[in-house]
Amino acid sequence: MNAPDSLEGKLREHLGVPAVLTAQEDLLPYAFDGTAALRQVPRAVVFARSAEQVATVLRLAGAAGVPVVTRGSGTGLSGGSVPVPGALVLCLVEMDRILEIDTRNLTLRAEAGVITQQIYDAADAAGLFYPPDPGSMKVSTIGGNVAENSGGLRGLKYGVTRDYVMGLEVVLADGSICWLGNKCVKDVAGYNLRDLFIGSEGTLGVITQVLLKLLPKPAARATLLATFAQMDAAAETVSAIIAAKIIPCTLEFLDQKTIRCVEDFAHVGLPTEAAALLLIETDGHPAAVADEISRIEALCRERGATTLKRAADAAEATRLATARRSAFSALARLRPTTILEDVTVPRSELAAMIRFVGETAARYRLEVATFGHFGDGNLHPTFLTDERDAGEMHRVEEALKDIFAQALALGGTITGEHGVGLAKRSFLRGQMGDASYALLKAVKRAIDPDGLLNPGKATE
Amino acid sequence: MSMGKSGLRSLDYSILQQCMHCGMCLPVCPTYAETRRERHSPRGRIALLRAIADGELAMNRAIAEEMNYCLGCLACTSACPAGVDYGTMVETARAEAEELRILATPKRDFIRWSTMRVLFTRPRLLRLVGRLLWLWQASGLQALSRRWRLTRLLPTRIRELEPLTPRICAKFSHQIIAPIERPRDGGVKHRVLVLTGCMQDLMFSEINRATVDVLLENGCEVHTPPAQFCCGSLHAHNGDHATAQLLARRQLDAIDPARYDAIISNAGGCGSHLRHYDRLLAGETAYSERAREWTRKLKDIHEWLVEIGFRRPAPCGEHRTFNIQFPTPHQTANAEVRGSMLEVGCSRSGDRGRSAPVTYHESCHLCHGQKVSAQPRAILRALPGVELRECAEATWCCGSAGIYNITQPRTATWLQERKVAHLRATGAEIVALANPGCHLQVANGLRAAGCVSTRVVHPIVLLAEAYAAERSTRSDVGQAP
Repeated sequence: MNAPDSLEGKLREHLGVPAVLTAQEDLLPYAFDGTAALRQVPRAVVFARSAEQVATVLRLAGAAGVPVVTRGSGTGLSGGSVPVPGALVLCLVEMDRILEIDTRNLTLRAEAGVITQQIYDAADAAGLFYPPDPGSMKVSTIGGNVAENSGGLRGLKYGVTRDYVMGLEVVLADGSICWLGNKCVKDVAGYNLRDLFIGSEGTLGVITQVLLKLLPKPAARATLLATFAQMDAAAETVSAIIAAKIIPCTLEFLDQKTIRCVEDFAHVGLPTEAAALLLIETDGHPAAVADEISRIEALCRERGATTLKRAADAAEATRLATARRSAFSALARLRPTTILEDVTVPRSELAAMIRFVGETAARYRLEVATFGHFGDGNLHPTFLTDERDAGEMHRVEEALKDIFAQALALGGTITGEHGVGLAKRSFLRGQMGDASYALLKAVKRAIDPDGLLNPGKATE
Repeated sequence: MSMGKSGLRSLDYSILQQCMHCGMCLPVCPTYAETRRERHSPRGRIALLRAIADGELAMNRAIAEEMNYCLGCLACTSACPAGVDYGTMVETARAEAEELRILATPKRDFIRWSTMRVLFTRPRLLRLVGRLLWLWQASGLQALSRRWRLTRLLPTRIRELEPLTPRICAKFSHQIIAPIERPRDGGVKHRVLVLTGCMQDLMFSEINRATVDVLLENGCEVHTPPAQFCCGSLHAHNGDHATAQLLARRQLDAIDPARYDAIISNAGGCGSHLRHYDRLLAGETAYSERAREWTRKLKDIHEWLVEIGFRRPAPCGEHRTFNIQFPTPHQTANAEVRGSMLEVGCSRSGDRGRSAPVTYHESCHLCHGQKVSAQPRAILRALPGVELRECAEATWCCGSAGIYNITQPRTATWLQERKVAHLRATGAEIVALANPGCHLQVANGLRAAGCVSTRVVHPIVLLAEAYAAERSTRSDVGQAP
């Protein structure tokens, strides 16, 4: 037990003894999030139950000069919630109440620790729809989604988390509690400070509550599975669908390696002989859905799809989408370490980017599997490697540098939905340019002058 | 303290490394749901075990207790896309903790020795103890001691557990099942062996009888050795690896799998362990081949029935309350519900289309341990006059988890209440499940919640009843003038 006047002692005094973890066996499981090969044991973990408690934690940590890393369920894929050395982890999973569903204004207000799936389910039960569906939605917290501005399978038609945040409560490093935003569809009063915190990766403040926009639930939905003998044919089909002015809700792609791993886990009947697979979903008015799905089928056939299969019912569609969400973890069946990336390019450059990923892996003698959100240009090239093989890990790093450079050359971004975190912070300046990067640093200094909030993340 | 080259350090490192800590296991883990602390989650425990294997952390009391706090329900292994072998890791860690005697006390040593090393390695002794317990119950002495509050004289912990003492059957499996039984019509399509289990044999021998009946109805010649060894799952799950191996060897000495088309288990917990004899005895050249053959042949009863295309029982012609006597009338505390129990298979046509609502609770080691989930439902759906209603969290542990309800009563009771609430929400009159531990836990939970009319039953017993009802209808029709 730590001394009463230590930071941990004071935290226990204010938040209660069970809310503060300091034993080695309690801390080791907080040394990582969902990112491969990053590990740092924190000095302590503290669980807050309210914005006031968060403020207390930040004031105490600030007085002690101890950095704070905020964490939800720890499913991040860029190291955003991996502790920095000597850090206090502030975990918000116990702030898990849905506070209000307003069916007259179509909004939902929840604490930061609510699991995303529960947000979806609560909206669904009220006949409403919360579209953002990151792969980890059954696990991740809404606060984490907002802090990372998570994407998901429905990004193509419905956008990402940012597009659904109408307001949020944030605790600043000095312990002040701010509400930013409201239920108004239109609001131009003052700077748009709310948006500053969306995707800020815990570096500017601690998000404790969110006000989310909901949509009416689409009346109909159709899901299609199309297979192709070549990757290029699949990529061309995606371009053809977009060019035909159809915006499906989901347009997912899996290569053969990914198909096989996913099928091995999920047993949903994916065709393991196909070189590439598209999972396509459209939703909306029943007549529009029927029209769109038949036009999509025709386009797939024209581009040489080897098989086409429609999901028989909603349950099968959900099984297919769930199987797709397991892709990243399922790939771990092949090699011990899976390095997942999320470079994103304008959709017109997709085929070129995929070819480049394949060539780069071959050049560095690496095993790569690719899947991703074809419809929005967001790729997930995943290197299958072993973190204990230093030589191979070095080749992975070199390959990633090439891939990031190529993505930028094609007008893309180094990260479409996972965030910069620790994993990509050395590449951010390259993407933003010196002036923009200096602006970003100036914002950080203005809001967190002592650099106590998730230091070393997003920026160097 | 160092273990040298045994335990976690000698475990194939790729098993530990397989976890990529994505967190997909978190929403299905009951202990994480209870505490929200990563240490009590599968990926958290794996991180601790990996730290031990890496030499960063020593196996200590906290870790040993953590391993025992884990239910071993294996829900995480169904949720894990990466295919992490969590069960092997936990069993290895528990064995290491036992080897280092971290939690050892004279009392605990005695309990472990007398149950795992003595009672559950000697089938005849186990039946003798069962018989004595039955006498105690059947003679009315148990009721008397409860009425006179003699149980107050027991030590606190025993006193708390006393009401949970299971009802022992009047007849055990070997008294109601012949060593070899053949189908009535003589047509033998398969030859199978039925494992009768320990708890199943003492408390639910009628499930074993029903298993045999159902197999006979489906063209199987059924072999049921009268004396059988414990499968060893109790030992493997509780860190006694050596006895688990010993029992597996004895099993293989007594039963040659090559003689049968299938070895049938009807208890989820046993089957999950029995399936892994190949791994358990992989290093023993004298047994490894036979163990592989055993693993290939080992089938859960539901799985086997679906595999051979079991016959759907025909709906009855008219509604009547059949009074079928099974060889062992099950003398359970819920004897008052026997009146309604035999309506399954007959109520649809007679009772103006009313179906008996049934819900299915999945035993962890059947659905997560053996990945048998669709087959019991297929059987329940095939029953005439039954409507299957899905239950929320059907794949969640009920808290029984072997001896968990004895070692971790707080968490076990929390899970029991959670389970019972979900079961009740379905409005089902019958709860079907396929594991003796779950059977007791769910029945006790329902009784505590005041649901005395809900029947808890093995799916195979329902199927046997449907076949019996069908026969009875046929013979009625035959007798009609």
